[in-house]
Amino acid sequence: MPSLGADMESGTLIEWLVKVGDRVHRGDIVAVVETDKGAIEIEIFEDAVVAELLVQPDTEVAIGTPLARLDRVGEPAAPRAAPAAEPRAAIPIPPAAPTPRGAPRPPPVAPPPMPPRAPSIARPSAAAVPSIATRRKVSPAARQHAREHGVDLDRVTGTGDGGVVTVADVEKFIRAPPPSAPMPSTPPPPSTTPPSIAAPAAVVAPTERAAAAASPMRRAIAAAMSRSKREIPHYYLAHTIDLEPALAWLERRNAQRPIERRIVYGALLLKAVARAAADNPSLNGYWRDGAFEGSATVNVGVVISLRGGGLAAPALQNAATLDIDGLMAALKDATERARRGRLKSSELSSATITVSSLGDTGVESIYPIIHPPQVAIVGFGAVVSRPWVADGGLYVRRVVTVTLAADHRASDGHDGARFLTAIERLLAKPEAL
Amino acid sequence: MNEADLRNAVLQALYSIAPEAEGERLDPQASLRDQLDIDSMDFLNFLVALKDTVGVEVPESDYAQVANLDDCIRYLAARLPST
Repeated sequence: MPSLGADMESGTLIEWLVKVGDRVHRGDIVAVVETDKGAIEIEIFEDAVVAELLVQPDTEVAIGTPLARLDRVGEPAAPRAAPAAEPRAAIPIPPAAPTPRGAPRPPPVAPPPMPPRAPSIARPSAAAVPSIATRRKVSPAARQHAREHGVDLDRVTGTGDGGVVTVADVEKFIRAPPPSAPMPSTPPPPSTTPPSIAAPAAVVAPTERAAAAASPMRRAIAAAMSRSKREIPHYYLAHTIDLEPALAWLERRNAQRPIERRIVYGALLLKAVARAAADNPSLNGYWRDGAFEGSATVNVGVVISLRGGGLAAPALQNAATLDIDGLMAALKDATERARRGRLKSSELSSATITVSSLGDTGVESIYPIIHPPQVAIVGFGAVVSRPWVADGGLYVRRVVTVTLAADHRASDGHDGARFLTAIERLLAKPEAL
Repeated sequence: MNEADLRNAVLQALYSIAPEAEGERLDPQASLRDQLDIDSMDFLNFLVALKDTVGVEVPESDYAQVANLDDCIRYLAARLPST
């Protein structure tokens, strides 16, 4: 279970996307894990063959716990993913699921306990493949909704694409639970009994305590932000920028293009931040173990607020070198996947600087909190029309307030000021971005 | 495409970006972006979806004319491609 953030302690394996015997390649998505930050796709970092799946779906494990054992391609089986001295194949599986299920599920095919230090030459066998095919597809939002309302997902009929269970399906179930279903994942036979007589045995009223408890995402935000304010000596700068040239340029450009290729102005802001960060390296990187580690590339984390609360900050990789269309495509893709709860593990840990934009709420400025171990975060408020003095005259201009919160251990106010004026300069010549 | 079809197409496009709004009552005169907490990226996706289903492309300069449900339907109705 990889660590996907400074304060992540555990994650729940939701789904395996590979089975024993599969050949996997660097960058492949092999599993989906539910974390404090929502559902995350786990990538693999080597070419290998899946030898054994050590953790069953729906199991929560601490970070560092091996999820699977890989055989290196071209090598006899060697335990790759078991760093601990003792084989840790026996990951405890919760004895009972927290929510009542309609019927016992097929017994989990637990990996046989490995003899200590035995060279594992076990070949993949069909028996070791968990029954992926029988797992229900559930949208992350629906999963959360079901948990909040104590709904047993096995009893909800999915009506989304390919039978995916959606929030609407969960809602429908809460409003009118079907008669007690005999088996999970077997559609109930067409019944002539009216559905209204069902006793909603699977709907467990949330206890007051559960209702008051913070969601995992809320707790993760709380932990990361508390750590930031506790450890990082922030300094803050603010600067109001005339955005008229950039917006006028963008509007002309968008007017000439089909709607699918329009650019939102936020993409321009991100590009300017990325280029300014490349030119001001003391704001781009990490503070770790008492020293600043600069980053050669600029990966801009974008704070995306999620429907239903919380946020995610996936990184747009190499944002300084993407052209504006490429950056827009990356932003669109990351936004959609963040909202669907399908970000990749690498996206959540690779940002070297973060941008938080409140632009769409109408609020003029934001004083954001640094995401550790990064050393800077840039905020943009709403674009507003204001009186503006230029060339000795008074004009109405659309302006934006850009703020910087930076780690004073890594940089000084002078560096921060140069960074903000670099953003201003870049936005004054949008065609060169 | 009659007005009921058009209304349905607009609602479906909204639900595609704000799925939690499905079944919720919308104030037809109030700003869609305020009611549904839609940001500029979502709004663009909403208009792309409308172009696909209704066949009308809304230029950026007309965004103010499609800001609420009633205005949006009226705007699209006046520009439906003749078939």
